Amino acid sequence: MAEKSLMKGNEALAEAAIRAGCKCFFGYPITPQTEISAYLSKRMPKVGGTFLQAESEVAAINMVYGCAGSGIRCMTSSSSPGISLKAEGISYIAGADLPCVIIDVVRGGPGLGGIQPSQADYWQITKGLAHGDFHVLVYAPASVQEMADMVAKAFDMADEYRMPAMILADGLLGQMMEPVEFPDVEIKMSDASNKPWAANGHKGERKHNIINSLYLQPQELEDKVVERFKRYEDLKANHTMAVADYCDDADIVVVAYGSTARLAKSAVDAARKEGLKVGMFRPVTLWPFPEKELREATKNAKKVLTVEMSMGQMIDDVKLAINCSKPVEFYGRTGGIIPAPADILNKIKEMGGNK
Amino acid sequence: MTNEFLLAGFGGQGILFAGKLLAYVGLYAGKEVSWLPSYGPEMRGGTCNCSVTVSDDPIGSPLILEPSELMVMNTPSFDKFIGTVKAGGMAFIDSTLVDGKTDRTDIKCFWIPATGLANENGLKGMANIILTGKILKETGLDDMAVIEKALAKVIPPKKANLLDANLKALKLGMDA
Amino acid sequence: MPDFKRPHALTDAYLHYCPGCTHGIVHRLVAEVIDEMGIENETIGVCPVGCSVMAYDYFSCDMIEASHGRSPAVATGVKRGNPDKFVFTYQGDGDLAAIGTAETIHAATRGENITVIFINNTTYGMTGGQMAPTTLPGQVTQTTPYGRDTSEAGFPVKVCEILSQIDGVALAERVTVIDPANIRKAKAAIRKAFEYQKKKQGFSLVEVLSTCPTNWGMTPVQALERVKTEMIPYYPLGVYKDGAVRNKEEN
Repeated sequence: MAEKSLMKGNEALAEAAIRAGCKCFFGYPITPQTEISAYLSKRMPKVGGTFLQAESEVAAINMVYGCAGSGIRCMTSSSSPGISLKAEGISYIAGADLPCVIIDVVRGGPGLGGIQPSQADYWQITKGLAHGDFHVLVYAPASVQEMADMVAKAFDMADEYRMPAMILADGLLGQMMEPVEFPDVEIKMSDASNKPWAANGHKGERKHNIINSLYLQPQELEDKVVERFKRYEDLKANHTMAVADYCDDADIVVVAYGSTARLAKSAVDAARKEGLKVGMFRPVTLWPFPEKELREATKNAKKVLTVEMSMGQMIDDVKLAINCSKPVEFYGRTGGIIPAPADILNKIKEMGGNK
Repeated sequence: MTNEFLLAGFGGQGILFAGKLLAYVGLYAGKEVSWLPSYGPEMRGGTCNCSVTVSDDPIGSPLILEPSELMVMNTPSFDKFIGTVKAGGMAFIDSTLVDGKTDRTDIKCFWIPATGLANENGLKGMANIILTGKILKETGLDDMAVIEKALAKVIPPKKANLLDANLKALKLGMDA
Repeated sequence: MPDFKRPHALTDAYLHYCPGCTHGIVHRLVAEVIDEMGIENETIGVCPVGCSVMAYDYFSCDMIEASHGRSPAVATGVKRGNPDKFVFTYQGDGDLAAIGTAETIHAATRGENITVIFINNTTYGMTGGQMAPTTLPGQVTQTTPYGRDTSEAGFPVKVCEILSQIDGVALAERVTVIDPANIRKAKAAIRKAFEYQKKKQGFSLVEVLSTCPTNWGMTPVQALERVKTEMIPYYPLGVYKDGAVRNKEEN
């Protein structure tokens, strides 16, 4: 391991992508993800990769589709309005079972919204990203180190399960600097050597490969979708991730993800200092949602508090996970306003956090 | 021990740079650190601020709403943030640029004519570093070996010739 | 007489195109060029949304099905990941010149080293004959039942003329396949386009004036005649651009 240095979350993510063998990056400028593109435009040419600024988010995601279809590790990044534009392409990528990584550095919405941190894309990314029966893997880092670690994880899981993986970040994580270290790996651009399905020229050695999401026979399409959902079930059973702190004796468990989890953790720490029995649960995978981990973490709790930078979206999954077996309350700010730890603490007290 | 620094001023005064220096001093002193800028339209010449946390423990919120140490380099920032400093905290104010006063007695205020000092000593544009020197001194983050290493790290290679001037500014601040 | 066989680069699949449609001829010409250049093993084709949506079943090389209009972006992704492979798109007029205009123009401006086969038959064939961006003034379609009124529906898009202004374009040529002489010229143009790609010369596009007897309400013979009497006067055949300004790899 090299000496730790300070990096912005967006830059750490970009460097980690290169170290994960991401050979091609296709992007379009939008705040607050700009540092990812800027960083890769400098680094990619030096490591034998490609940085391409596309004419639109639509074009960029379709470049990812083509590149991923040829078996190459590739990535695009954007922020909320740009992700809406990419949605169609992501549906095709999912429908053609292609692995790739997509970054959403979320900003406030709807519409043009704002450029400050937000988590208002939760529903879109985890539930209704685009048309059709499909999911994408969603990771929610909460530190600069995790921005780096999760992009590598996302590439590996996307390859293993042949599906798009997304990182849901926000401007706070993207812009902040923290110490980060990278595994000491030799930088090696990916190729299609372990992807026998890739459309990269059959070399006369196999039947031609077809990358496609069109199935005009209903039975054929149903079979395809059902097969895909079996993989989703496997992910749900084996690849959920979450972090639970002080939940065993907690009367109130606070649930928050991403940068909001950092803010909530400050409030929970402050509550514990005051002797309140409060726990902290942080989903790391948002899809699949860590349902069994949350059930376990809240089994002794009397109440649950969900904190989000939105009007309350993940709260639906929290209620579903515990089957509404106890009251789930909400505290959040939206529009780019960051919930203050002191206000979260007040909410905890208002809910009757006991000593 | 946790220091929560909030640095504020106009864009172009080197607020983010000073924050980066503080963060690297913390990092090289073996502590946990985080650095969070305000971003957006404010980057383009308006007010600018930056939260830096240096702590012995893992850092929760990187956003500082109630700093233990405040550094301000313009009057709007002084007016906006002086009331947010934690009781028992410190404020480091460029008195050449800030026209204001406070009736807070629960914090320690250092009125340092940093911009004036910089100009008098041939260190134009280094008022931010002078103030940072004072902050490092007063918070006990003043191991010179660590500070020199941090300074060498944050000064871009193209401006390496400014290393000595920055060191001079830091020391000037420490003695102010 | 040469032996008239199915090109290796075409599969044995039965083409679903209507009688008299010229897609089959153009498929064959592309396949012949791939065979003659011996590049099937290292070629990736990108097919569009439109009548040729299932071209992935007809070509023997690796194929990718793109979403509507995005083929040049998809091809860009393949090419950037695999710069030494051959990449072509096969697109209709709605796909290339309406919904995919931005992708077409920008792949061209980047001098993206791909080959585009552009089928212009002045209509949306697959959806049943609506107005296309290339529909001629006065032409009756399902959505211009009184004939394309340019004061309401605007004017046709002249793709080769537009591309001729773009520095990154190595070849923009308009051909047709209405008779043997023109078919030979069309094949030569397609060959040239792939050769330019081989030499990394930049973006090459061959526009093929084609027929749609079904949606035009014509017999195949009448349809060929319409290309000659109505389309060619509006869309003159010929080379619109030969040689890209950009030539990075060669310099």
